[in-house]
Amino acid sequence: MHEDVPTASARALASLWSPTVLRDRARWRVAARTAFPFLVVGGLWEIVARMEIFPQRLFPPLEEVASALVRLTAAGILPHHAMETVARLLTGFVLAAVVGVAIGIAMGRSRRAEDIFLPLVSICAPIPGLAYAPLFMLWFGLGDFSAVLLVAFVSAFPIIVNSWTGVKAVKEIWIRAAQAMGADDRRLFRLVILPGALPYVLTGLRLGLAQAWRILVAVEMLAAVPWGLGWLIFGAREFMNTDVMLAGIAVIGAIGLILENLVFKRLEEFTVVRWGMMTS
Amino acid sequence: MNAFGARVRSFRRAAVTLLIAAALYEATARSGYFAAALLPTIPAVVHTLWAMLMDGTMLQHALYTLYRVMFGLGLAIAVGLPLGILMGRIPAVEHFFLPLVSVLMPIPSLAWVPVFILWFGIGNVTTILIVFYAATFPMVLNAWSGVRSVNPLWMRAAGAMGANGQSLFWKVIIPGASPFIITGVRQAFLRSWIAVVGAEMIAASAWGLGWVIFDAKEFLNADVMLASLAVIGCIGFVFERLVFGALERATVLRWGMMRAAKG
Repeated sequence: MHEDVPTASARALASLWSPTVLRDRARWRVAARTAFPFLVVGGLWEIVARMEIFPQRLFPPLEEVASALVRLTAAGILPHHAMETVARLLTGFVLAAVVGVAIGIAMGRSRRAEDIFLPLVSICAPIPGLAYAPLFMLWFGLGDFSAVLLVAFVSAFPIIVNSWTGVKAVKEIWIRAAQAMGADDRRLFRLVILPGALPYVLTGLRLGLAQAWRILVAVEMLAAVPWGLGWLIFGAREFMNTDVMLAGIAVIGAIGLILENLVFKRLEEFTVVRWGMMTS
Repeated sequence: MNAFGARVRSFRRAAVTLLIAAALYEATARSGYFAAALLPTIPAVVHTLWAMLMDGTMLQHALYTLYRVMFGLGLAIAVGLPLGILMGRIPAVEHFFLPLVSVLMPIPSLAWVPVFILWFGIGNVTTILIVFYAATFPMVLNAWSGVRSVNPLWMRAAGAMGANGQSLFWKVIIPGASPFIITGVRQAFLRSWIAVVGAEMIAASAWGLGWVIFDAKEFLNADVMLASLAVIGCIGFVFERLVFGALERATVLRWGMMRAAKG
C-alpha cells in the first residue's frame, strides 16, 4: 500500500496483519462464534439442572453426563455399543447399496425390469420403514438378523429410485457419441452410463444412509438386540439413568455428524466433483 | 393419443406385475409352509381391514396418528419457518442458530423417545414433541436457504422501484423463497410421518397406527399389521401426492417459480 520503504517497526506491525495472521484471527473468530451458542445453551441447561426444577435424576447437570460418557467409554461399554450399531448400519447399508444400485441400474437400462420393479417400489417406498419393523420381527425373529434386514430394506428405496433416475438422466447425446466412436455395450456402460449416473447414485446412497441411520436407533430399541446405542438408551430408561441416555445420544449425534461430513463429502469430492460433474 | 397409449400400456404392465406379485404371495401363504398367523392370505387381510374400518377402530387409530402428526408439524412450521427466515435475513441469528441446528440435526428424533418418555410420560405430549423435533430441522434449513437464494437483483429492482421493507419482505422475499419453503414443509411431513410411527411404537399409548402394528405383534396378528400398513401407506400417499401436489400447483407452479417436475 505504502510507497515508502517501511521501517522495522512498521514491518513488524505489518506482519501482524499479514494474510496468515489474519486468517488465523478469522479462524479464531469463527471458532468463538461457533462455540458461543453451545456455551449459552449449556449454561441455560446447567442453571435449570442446578435449580432442581426437575428432579436431578431426570435432568442431570452437564458434568454428570460428561462423567457418564467418560466412565462408560473407559469401561469399554460405550465403544462396544457404538461398534455394534455402526456394524449393523454398515452391513445393512452395504447390502442395500449392492442390491439397490443393481436393481436401479437394471430398471434404467431395461424396460422389462422397470415394468417389474417400479410398481413394487412405488407401493412399498412411501410406507415409513419403521412400520415394517414388527412385521420383520414376526417373520425373522428378534435380534440382529431382522434389524440388519430392515435397515437394508429401508435404505434400498432411495438408492433404487436415484440410480434409476440417474441412468435415465444420462444424456442421450453422450451415448450416441460413444456409439458413433465405436464403443461396445460394455465400454458404453462402464465409461459413459456409469459415470453419467454417478451423481444421482451418490445422492441415493447418501439419502439411503441417512434414512438407515434415522431408523436404526429405533429398530435397536424394538428388536431387543444385546448391544447397540439404541438399546443402551432404551435400557437406561428402565433405571432412569438419564445421564447415560444423554451420553448415548451425544455419541449418536457424533456418529451422525461424522457420517454426513467425513464419509460422504469426501466421497463426492473424490468422484463427481473432481470429474466436474457437480460443484461442491 | 400416443402419450395416452403409452400410459395405458405402462398401467397395464404395472397391473400385471402387481397381480403376479399378489399371486406369488397368495401361493406362499396357502402353501402351508409358513404358519397362517405369520403369513395371512390376502382375503384374510382384506377381511380384517374391512372389519376394522367398519367398526371404526381403524378410523380412530388413524385420527389419533393424524392429530399427532398435524400438531407436531404445525408446531414445527410455526417455529421453524420464522426461525429459518430470520436466519436468512439477520447474520447474528444465523451465527447463533446454525451451529446448534447442524449439531442437533444428525441425531435421529427417535433416539430422544426414551428421554422424552422420562420427562413427559407416555402419550400424546411425547409423540407430538418427537414429531416436532423431526420436522423442525428440514423446515428451518429450507426456509434459511430459500431466503438466502432469493435473487439479489429482484431485491434491488424492488428497492429501486420504491418498495419499503415490509412490502419487500412480503412481495419479494417470501414468494422468492416459497419453492424452498414448500419443499421444507414436504420434507418435514415425510420426516414426521416416519417419526410418528416409531414414537407410537415405543411410547405406546392406546391408540395410533404405529401402536396398533406393534401391539399386533404381541398377539401374532399379522393380518392386523398388514392392514394397518396398507392404511399408513394410503395416508402417506394421499398427503404426498394430493395435498402437497395441490399446494404446489396453487402456489409456486402458478407463480411460475418452478417447472412441473417430471415433464
